[in-house]
Amino acid sequence: MLTLVQQLINGLTLGCLFGLVAIGYTMVYGILLLINFAHCDIFMMSMYFAFYSISVFYLPWYVSLVLAILGTALLGVLLERVAYRPLRTAPRTSVLISAVGSSYLLENLGIVLFGAVAKSFPTVDYLQEMVTIAGLRIQRLAFFVIITMIVLVGALLYIVNKTKVGIAMRAVSRDFETSKLMGVNINLTISITFAIGSGLAAVGGFMWGLRYPQITPLVGAMPGLKCFIAAVIGGIGSIKGAIMGGLILGVMEIMIVYLFPSASGYRDVFAFIALILILCIKPTGLFGEELSDKA
Amino acid sequence: MLKVDQLSVSYGGIKAVQGISFEVPEGKIVTLIGANGAGKSTTLRTISGLVKPGGGNISFLGEDITGKDSAQIVKRGVTLVPEGRRVFPNLTVYENIRIGAYLRKDDWTKDVDWVYSLFPRLKERSWQTAGTLSGGEQQMLAVARALISRPKLIMMDEPSLGLAPLVIKDIFEIIKEIRNQGVTVLLIEQNANMALKIADIGYVLETGHITLSGTGQELLANPEVKEAYLGK
Repeated sequence: MLTLVQQLINGLTLGCLFGLVAIGYTMVYGILLLINFAHCDIFMMSMYFAFYSISVFYLPWYVSLVLAILGTALLGVLLERVAYRPLRTAPRTSVLISAVGSSYLLENLGIVLFGAVAKSFPTVDYLQEMVTIAGLRIQRLAFFVIITMIVLVGALLYIVNKTKVGIAMRAVSRDFETSKLMGVNINLTISITFAIGSGLAAVGGFMWGLRYPQITPLVGAMPGLKCFIAAVIGGIGSIKGAIMGGLILGVMEIMIVYLFPSASGYRDVFAFIALILILCIKPTGLFGEELSDKA
Repeated sequence: MLKVDQLSVSYGGIKAVQGISFEVPEGKIVTLIGANGAGKSTTLRTISGLVKPGGGNISFLGEDITGKDSAQIVKRGVTLVPEGRRVFPNLTVYENIRIGAYLRKDDWTKDVDWVYSLFPRLKERSWQTAGTLSGGEQQMLAVARALISRPKLIMMDEPSLGLAPLVIKDIFEIIKEIRNQGVTVLLIEQNANMALKIADIGYVLETGHITLSGTGQELLANPEVKEAYLGK
């Protein structure tokens, strides 16, 4: 029973990380109808930002986390500025190709800048310490991840639902032209969307690095795919959906490995099976809206 | 107040508007009437900065606003209620109004009561998403959303489109009320009869040219207008 609870917490932690990265996919899709394939590499870059500020510049982990968030947010904004904005009026396929290209560019840039050899993500003793609560031995990181997730998601939902910027985001996501007529600054709104999505990916990246401390310039690919799947399962475009999709995927992955240890070598397969199932049964995802035409 | 001088606009090589000139005096309802494709919508879209003009001048309160972007135009006090209403269906009624006040730096919340007093039905539905409103209510919301920016000139593109006759009557009453409260109105309509009845000044637009102008009553009585647009 204890191990089951422990595994459940483990799954929730992984799910929170998936969710944090999935939000970036879903927000960008919501506003530009673009699957930002480079998001997984933004996530990868965030790990290197954290790696360098801790292991090379010897900054405390929390300062490094903040720097990684800022650097990654900036990278996300820059990506949109150079790779997507010039194609704003181009057919959607062109932007998609640009996204795939940006993904390869970032990965190869990573190889040039950081080398292809895996680096060890630094340890943060405080977060990696085991604590015992009611007989459960759990890494402090798990609590940190779950609490961070709750706080960040709360803040994000507040921004999106209650603030002027958030209302502008939702308006722009439906109708560029009419938003313009209201005087909404479309470019700024889209930049903020990329900054938020990338910043959240950096939080996920930092904690991912602590969980899986081997980082390479291609480290974003598999988690990136899974987070994209999480966003699709939840209903792409929906923030709540991305979080739920992430949690479902995280708990499912850990539980399947726990219940069927012999299948652990196939752990990555389950996410894709889940994707296929959801696309067959409910293509709009759990919380997705019927996509009305962007009239 | 608004002066359009020799305005021409092309879309991909096709001239939609070919050198039209007209004026909108303060405190009046001015209407542009004309058939589909005469260039009415294009004219309004150009004034509000969505389309860049090919030539000519637009000035508002003596200031040249030709080719300025939409935010600049709204800031100067010109708003457009677009064709087909274009409310944000995923936002609530209140949020739609709030986004209309996007550029206002002063306290706009007190004006919400004012627009709700014009459209009491919207107040009742304040927390409903706009997508769930009827066509008439969406049109009212589109007008409310434009009014919350406190425009000096409100431009309306086919406000009667697709609405039931009774609802159209309401909308036209409200247009008069808006004018009476001191907001100048530039209205374009295919429903020429209704538009000319409330208009102080009317212009007839035909394939990119202005062919006739006069007071609303004069145009209503004009035999050419009668035959071409009023179906009499």
